[in-house]
Amino acid sequence: MRIIIMGCGRVGAELARLLDAEGHEVVILDLDSYSFRRLPRNFKGTALVGNGLDEEILRKAGIEKTDVFVSVTQGDNRNVMAAQMAKHIFNVPQVICRIYDPIREEMYRELGLKTISPTIIGAKALKELIGG
Amino acid sequence: MYIIVVGGGEVGYHLAKALLNEEQEVTLLEKEASRYAVLAEELGEVVVRGDGCEARILEEAGAGRADVLVAVTGDDEDNLVACQVAKHRFHVAHTIARIKNPRHKVLFEKLGIDVTVSSTDLILAHIEHELPSPPLIPLLELKGKGLEVIGVKIPPDSAVVGKRLGEFKLPAKCLVCLIISKDRGPQLPSMNVALEAEDEVVAVADPQVAEELSAILLGRMPPS
Repeated sequence: MRIIIMGCGRVGAELARLLDAEGHEVVILDLDSYSFRRLPRNFKGTALVGNGLDEEILRKAGIEKTDVFVSVTQGDNRNVMAAQMAKHIFNVPQVICRIYDPIREEMYRELGLKTISPTIIGAKALKELIGG
Repeated sequence: MYIIVVGGGEVGYHLAKALLNEEQEVTLLEKEASRYAVLAEELGEVVVRGDGCEARILEEAGAGRADVLVAVTGDDEDNLVACQVAKHRFHVAHTIARIKNPRHKVLFEKLGIDVTVSSTDLILAHIEHELPSPPLIPLLELKGKGLEVIGVKIPPDSAVVGKRLGEFKLPAKCLVCLIISKDRGPQLPSMNVALEAEDEVVAVADPQVAEELSAILLGRMPPS
């Protein structure tokens, strides 16, 4: 599969590594080339510096031919806007975005985006560890 | 009318002030502490500290009974989300977003934001207007009608100078609505009014014929 990941933080870089290791064609975007230090040395995909809210950059990343778009930058709103661009402007078949704020996460899920909220997942996992 | 303004930068501040002067009910949301303090000192309790993209803050601000939400932060993504939360969580009837990147207009419209205002486009149009012998200036888009209001300044060497409006053919789907003459001021167009150099012609036109209309008025295309 062709996959575009927006945001090369810890999660973005790790996801890129996993998918790349499985033989998928990965393009990862970040505003800052320094972020790409997180990618493994043997990463075979493409690392592209640029703003994922810019249609030109998205085209350059191959958004018109991609199967999946994942937005995992630090900003909920950036993730949501980029995901909606991928879905509604470029008709990417599968769009996933990370939203920390559970309320926004719920709303965008209702609006048809595939979303994930690490806040809820993290809190639940911690609670389980506490036990009792 | 109750209007919530999201973002207390220069635009948000002046907008809130102008609306208050018109005696509208306004809440101005600003998330940053130091900026909030400055705004609250000047505008008082209409300023509320908080992130206008968060449903909880909008609820506290009374978004449920707001008639309009205007998002004018400096970031397109924040303006988009504030409008979407207002629309989908609180059913605010009218959402207006400022956009910096004019290309984002298409997405915002697709997502149901009622009005987008592109500061970049406005500044460009304004500067073009101030340049000598401007070509066609888009003044206003009539939303949903497929029409726009345009202005064309007639250069002295145009073939239409001295001609009356009835004397030459204009494209279909356009209507000249106003002629602003240097000496005589604004005039309603009639078939007998002769156009003069430096006259500004304001017309409503289908965007597809706007270029043709301006070409005729600018004298780039012979009038027939």
